[in-house]
Amino acid sequence: MQLNTQPNIPDPDGFYDELLAAHQGLTKDQSDALNARLILILANHIGDRDILREALKAAG
Amino acid sequence: MVGATYALAHKLYPYAPVADQAADVAVHHPVIIIGGGPIGVATGIDLAQKGTPALILDDHDGVGMGSRAICFAKRTLEIADRLGAGAEMVEKGVVWNVGRVFHGEGEVFDFNLLPEDGHRNPAFINLQQPYFEKFLVDALRRAEAEGKPIEIRGRNVVTGIRQDADKVTLSIDTPDGPYTLTADYVIACDGARSPTRDMMGLSFDGRVFEDNFLIADVKMTADFPTERWFWFEPPLANAPQSALLHKQPDDVWRIDFQLGWDIDREAELDPAKIRQRIDEFLPDGTAYELVWTSIYTFQCRRMERFRHGRVMFAGDAAHQVSPFGARGANSGIQDSDNLAWKLDLVLRSLAPDTLLDTYHAERAHGADENILNSTRATDFLTPKSEMSKIFRNAVLTLARDHAFARPMVNSGRLSVPCTYDGLPLNTPDALTGPARTRPGSPCPDAPLADGFLLDRLPGCFTLLALDTDPPDITEVGGIPIRTLRLHGADLTDALRDRYLGDAPHALYLIRPDQHVAARWPNADAATITTALSTATGQPCN
Ligand SMILES: Cc1cc2nc3c(=O)[nH]c(=O)nc-3n(C[C@H](O)[C@H](O)[C@H](O)COP(=O)(O)OP(=O)(O)OC[C@H]3O[C@@H](n4cnc5c(N)ncnc54)[C@H](O)[C@@H]3O)c2cc1C
Repeated sequence: MQLNTQPNIPDPDGFYDELLAAHQGLTKDQSDALNARLILILANHIGDRDILREALKAAG
Repeated sequence: MVGATYALAHKLYPYAPVADQAADVAVHHPVIIIGGGPIGVATGIDLAQKGTPALILDDHDGVGMGSRAICFAKRTLEIADRLGAGAEMVEKGVVWNVGRVFHGEGEVFDFNLLPEDGHRNPAFINLQQPYFEKFLVDALRRAEAEGKPIEIRGRNVVTGIRQDADKVTLSIDTPDGPYTLTADYVIACDGARSPTRDMMGLSFDGRVFEDNFLIADVKMTADFPTERWFWFEPPLANAPQSALLHKQPDDVWRIDFQLGWDIDREAELDPAKIRQRIDEFLPDGTAYELVWTSIYTFQCRRMERFRHGRVMFAGDAAHQVSPFGARGANSGIQDSDNLAWKLDLVLRSLAPDTLLDTYHAERAHGADENILNSTRATDFLTPKSEMSKIFRNAVLTLARDHAFARPMVNSGRLSVPCTYDGLPLNTPDALTGPARTRPGSPCPDAPLADGFLLDRLPGCFTLLALDTDPPDITEVGGIPIRTLRLHGADLTDALRDRYLGDAPHALYLIRPDQHVAARWPNADAATITTALSTATGQPCN
């Protein structure tokens, strides 16, 4: 498996809305905490260390 | 007064003048050990049990008071069993398996160490370090009474060290004045501040963690369960970063508060202030007595090389870790286990001096693993940046409801012995067997029909034959080999699981320190001889 960096989320605008909605009304600290939790949850779902390493690189 | 920089819990080897001090020419000893802490004493007993004379010099006349190591791991107890001190430790120690993690007001989760069945010793015991050391010195005295060549001299402060091609010369100060000794080899077990290291101008590099830990041992007859309780950001005044509560024998409890970097040390050590913190921490009205308090900062560092010619460094003198994970004394005891048999063979001219280089290779490998674990735990406890704290707290928040986050919570990864993977004393694995017993691994204990496997692997090379008949070998080049044949009822399910897996039979060559040197389905005499030569650092022809 390789990190998929091609469009993969159906209805990207809808997802983007949901992501912003999750942060609606949060302070910066609360938003930072939510982002951190989200990253950990998604990272666990992926699980594959090679893909996670690629993702860290792609984000960096 | 010579020596005496700290108060004693047990006066065990009071100063007594000896003939060496009056000799005109420096008296020579095969091995001198500097430091009578746990590592020095363990190494001395091990050498003496093998028949190699060991002289231990300590700057005090007993075991220091106070609150240092409390958690001792199974591997340490197994080694202590071989040294004749394990049973007392387990009898006195507190066995615990359950840990609870809290964050702020609430509990995050609990865990059970779930120790595997079929081991003589528990996964961990809690025992005050002074007891641990006393039981070792008691074993030393028993060995001495049996005529084993071991001696410990109190109030003998090593003040100078010099080595040349054929010996090491030590200058020693005593209440009756200085004297000089020479030795073939010296083992420096003189602790984290190792004067030997300084006298030899050797460095000790690593990381200091910018945090202070207040450690208080309190005596109380409280009704808490025998569990390890660890709080991140406990809801207390002055907001310590973390707190720990852990039981020891004699109704003593270890309490730790993580105070942060910028503190007024004097003020924090004021008993009134300490009591204030503890009163708030314990349930209202709990009566207790302060037994010992101190403030520590922790570091992770090691010497670049553990061997310098005829001088070997072991224990805290060679490497230091933060205590989260209890990897200090526990790893030092493994140093002693690794070094004693090698030095014994070299002194008997049964192995080349280069075998001692593998002491560095193997134990530096262990130290690196311990430092890595300890550094990661410290990074979780003391996040180094705003973002690392955000992630740390995210892990703690998620761990309440989601199992996946629990393994990331790190308040210390408890000490387990390392496997000497890829190091030169191993013979490549020739058995399709369980990974945990591959060459380089410490032998896991296992139940036999009657008793336990490790009790049958005393401190010499052993051929462990499982449902197979190995060739008759009793020695190779003067190095004795024992054979332990197990068949039938001795091949318990746990033993099969740990040593055979799917293999129908197996032959293991096991080192004196109970690490696997080689394994095969079976082997002929030539193959075994080659493996033994490899395991003792001899050139194979
Ligand atoms: C708060 C705390 C908690 C800890 N918890 C744990 C734990 O739970 N589990 C664990 O495994 N480890 C733990 N440790 C680590 C453990 O205490 C050490 O790893 C252990 O004491 C090291 O033993 P040692 O024999 O190498 O050195 P030391 O115990 O320091 O002994 C060195 C000896 O050498 C003597 N000496 C020094 N200089 C000279 C000289 N010039 N001449 C003669 N003698 C000399 C000293 O007096 C001393 O007796 C903890 C440490 C601390 C501080």
